[in-house]
Amino acid sequence: MNAEPAIELKGISKAFGPVQANKDISIRVMPGTIHGIIGENGAGKSTLMSILYGFYKADRGEVFISGTKTEIPDSQAAIAAGIGMVFQHFKLVENFTVLENVVLGAEEGARLRPSLSKARKLLTELAREYELSVDPDETIEELSVGHQQRVEILKALYRKADILILDEPTGVLTPSEADHLFRILKGLRDEGKTIILITHKLREIMDVTDTVSVMRRGEMTATVKTSETNPQALAELMVGRKVLLQVDKVAAQPKDKVLDIQGLRVVDDDGVERVKGIDLNVRQGEILGIAGVAGNGQSEVLEVLGGYRSATGRVTLNGQDIDLTGRASDGQTRRANGICHVPEDRHREGLILDYFAWENMVFGYHRAPEYQRSKYLMDNRAIRRDTEEKMARFDVRPPIPNLAAKNFSGGNQQKIVLAREIERDPELLLVGQPTRGVDIGAIEFIHQQIVELRDRGKAVLLVSVELEEILSLADRITVMFDGQITGERLAADTNENELGMLMAGITDTSGAA
Amino acid sequence: MDVMPKWADAILIPILSILISFFLSGLVILYLGMNPFEALKLMVTGALGSTYGWGYTLYYTTNFIFTGLCAAIAFHARLFNIGGEGQATFGGLGVALVCLAVPWPHWTLALPAAMLGGALFGAAWAIIPAWLQAKRGSHIVITTIMFNYIVAALMVFLLVEVLKPEGSMDPATRRFGDGVALPKFSDIFGLFAIEFSDAAPANISFFIAILACYLFWLLVWRTKLGYELRAYGHSESAAAYAGISPTKMIIVAMMISGGLAGMMGINSVMATDRLVLNSVEGAGFIGLAVALMGRSHPVGIFLAALLFGFLYQGGGELALWASIPRELIILIQGLVILFTGALDNLVRMPLEKLFLLLRKPRSEEV
Repeated sequence: MNAEPAIELKGISKAFGPVQANKDISIRVMPGTIHGIIGENGAGKSTLMSILYGFYKADRGEVFISGTKTEIPDSQAAIAAGIGMVFQHFKLVENFTVLENVVLGAEEGARLRPSLSKARKLLTELAREYELSVDPDETIEELSVGHQQRVEILKALYRKADILILDEPTGVLTPSEADHLFRILKGLRDEGKTIILITHKLREIMDVTDTVSVMRRGEMTATVKTSETNPQALAELMVGRKVLLQVDKVAAQPKDKVLDIQGLRVVDDDGVERVKGIDLNVRQGEILGIAGVAGNGQSEVLEVLGGYRSATGRVTLNGQDIDLTGRASDGQTRRANGICHVPEDRHREGLILDYFAWENMVFGYHRAPEYQRSKYLMDNRAIRRDTEEKMARFDVRPPIPNLAAKNFSGGNQQKIVLAREIERDPELLLVGQPTRGVDIGAIEFIHQQIVELRDRGKAVLLVSVELEEILSLADRITVMFDGQITGERLAADTNENELGMLMAGITDTSGAA
Repeated sequence: MDVMPKWADAILIPILSILISFFLSGLVILYLGMNPFEALKLMVTGALGSTYGWGYTLYYTTNFIFTGLCAAIAFHARLFNIGGEGQATFGGLGVALVCLAVPWPHWTLALPAAMLGGALFGAAWAIIPAWLQAKRGSHIVITTIMFNYIVAALMVFLLVEVLKPEGSMDPATRRFGDGVALPKFSDIFGLFAIEFSDAAPANISFFIAILACYLFWLLVWRTKLGYELRAYGHSESAAAYAGISPTKMIIVAMMISGGLAGMMGINSVMATDRLVLNSVEGAGFIGLAVALMGRSHPVGIFLAALLFGFLYQGGGELALWASIPRELIILIQGLVILFTGALDNLVRMPLEKLFLLLRKPRSEEV
């Protein structure tokens, strides 16, 4: 490749107040390649791309597009320069059709119809060429997340983008949706488009990129050819120290049954049966992983056990029946019984984002006697002190109890939740997606904490859609598909292929094992 | 990171909003052919220039503190209680019934009983919309508005058909009598040999309103219930996860809210010495503006209530002494509400930009 780089950034710097988000960053992205930018949360990846897309103005530095120095004061200029951006959180009008969303803001003339028919023609072509098929007349709210993302890509292509930036595109996708996305990206690259993929997932970088740049604390620490590096080396460049990518643990020594579920059925508010009579158990000193594509009933199981969804069937904790109707129990009684819960979605459930860290550190346990000063008043000072200790033990950064939860990075938010739940020393810990949106350094730490709890003889029920995580963390794996259990394996005796088949509802896995 | 320091958010924005609305009001007054500075002077002397003016300003302020707290506690649970007006009206009935029921020997006995009566009646009027919201999903904005109308009609019926003394032409109850007369500011300040106008209605309720502000703060930021209310207000899904019952939160928040509105009756009804039609005079709605402007914090609510008390009294004076129609006062109040409540971003956005600009040079030095 001797052509001009599609994008060249020279000496880009950007500060927000005292925080230097980007420090003297230079990078060359060659045309017709997939260029990965990897780094932990807060490393400055998104800031850099926002500068490129005209959301922020760099304090210093220059941008060259195909060899020409280009000023990008706003996103209109970026689009004119052929840059398209697919955001982590989609910017689509929910009750518009796909076609209307694609055309929105790029209508030609006052009449809508010519633009729409032109877009329809283009959509059909793109669908054929790149597996980008989406029904143009479907409204956005009817589409799955993966399809919505395709609409974002189509929007960029409709605006004649030659350079496509994707910000953490797989964060919301299932594994198969992610694979599909990567096939689309490779197809686009082969047609000569340039793609910048921002991510913190090493596997994606290795799977799909040609070149990779690593960012750490606002600086570009390295740019290498993907074929000449490996995940371990990249992780070290990202974090700045050696990282364990595999969970370090000894074989489990399961003892008595802690949790026993028999014939659990869950019907949701719309009358749809989400869990169709499952049996499972978790023992002391083991981690049971429930694998499965999101939406196959795992979340409902966690919610039932967490005490905020009603169900039928029989569940016992250490031999004692627990109430499933919701009439005699709620999240508070579950906690009192020794079931602690790290929920799947820390933003929706695990944290009150506007609450301070110290307020969050007692969330769900705020009625515990040690946090009360009198019958009516809470002991906020004791809670702050308690929070300081837990923040230190779980290495939450920054260790400031008086900071609102929304101001912590994803990994540190998750550590707050984990510290709160694990430090109660529960009989049974429910864990949902413990490392979703969490950076590598924190993943290692979070996994260690869960394993330590197991080694103290406690039971852990883990739900994760990341197969890798289930395989490395769980001792025993149960697979759910369509509200039923399609198989159970020991983690040591199975592999991704076999679990993948079970996750798709294929119970005959004799070919894969 | 927050763009602006806290003091700018809490103090600078409201002050700028008020200045803008005053400026626009001034233009209107100018258009009506009067000097706006003259008008302002009239308002200030009328509301703050004498103990008589202060007495009225603080009397209105007391009402607005109660209704402001009423709206604010609901805001904390993310409930929009538009029913403050109706709850205060019904609470006023509770106060009146307590005052009429017993020949009270002294106000010290009557006041606690009247507070209880007002709070219970106010809470009772809030509990049905709350229950409908919690159990049936009927939107609380709609139901509380409906309840405002229901109680208005109910009061007409009660005052015309039931509570009106024989032979009277006036839709009002009989006088409560001296046994429930609350000490006015003239009595209280008289103890310290400070002269205060005897004609102004401000009374000991003002201090009870301040006490209510403090208790409100304790409740919201220091108790388990306040913790749960705010958590529920921020995130319903997280509250469910933590085992906080939404039904309980809605009903409790609305009962406290209605109770606070009902307590207004000790000021408005007891000071009038009888229950008349429309004793609330729109204070329930002004409470919403007070809570919005005060950022649902008792200190802010106190200051905002003071401002609206000033506008109410000063506006009345303006209508009395100048050739300015009474409606103009409503316009001025409307502009203040518009700018402090609804058009918050109009001031906030430019101010945030300014702060970003100011911050930049400092970071270069670092």
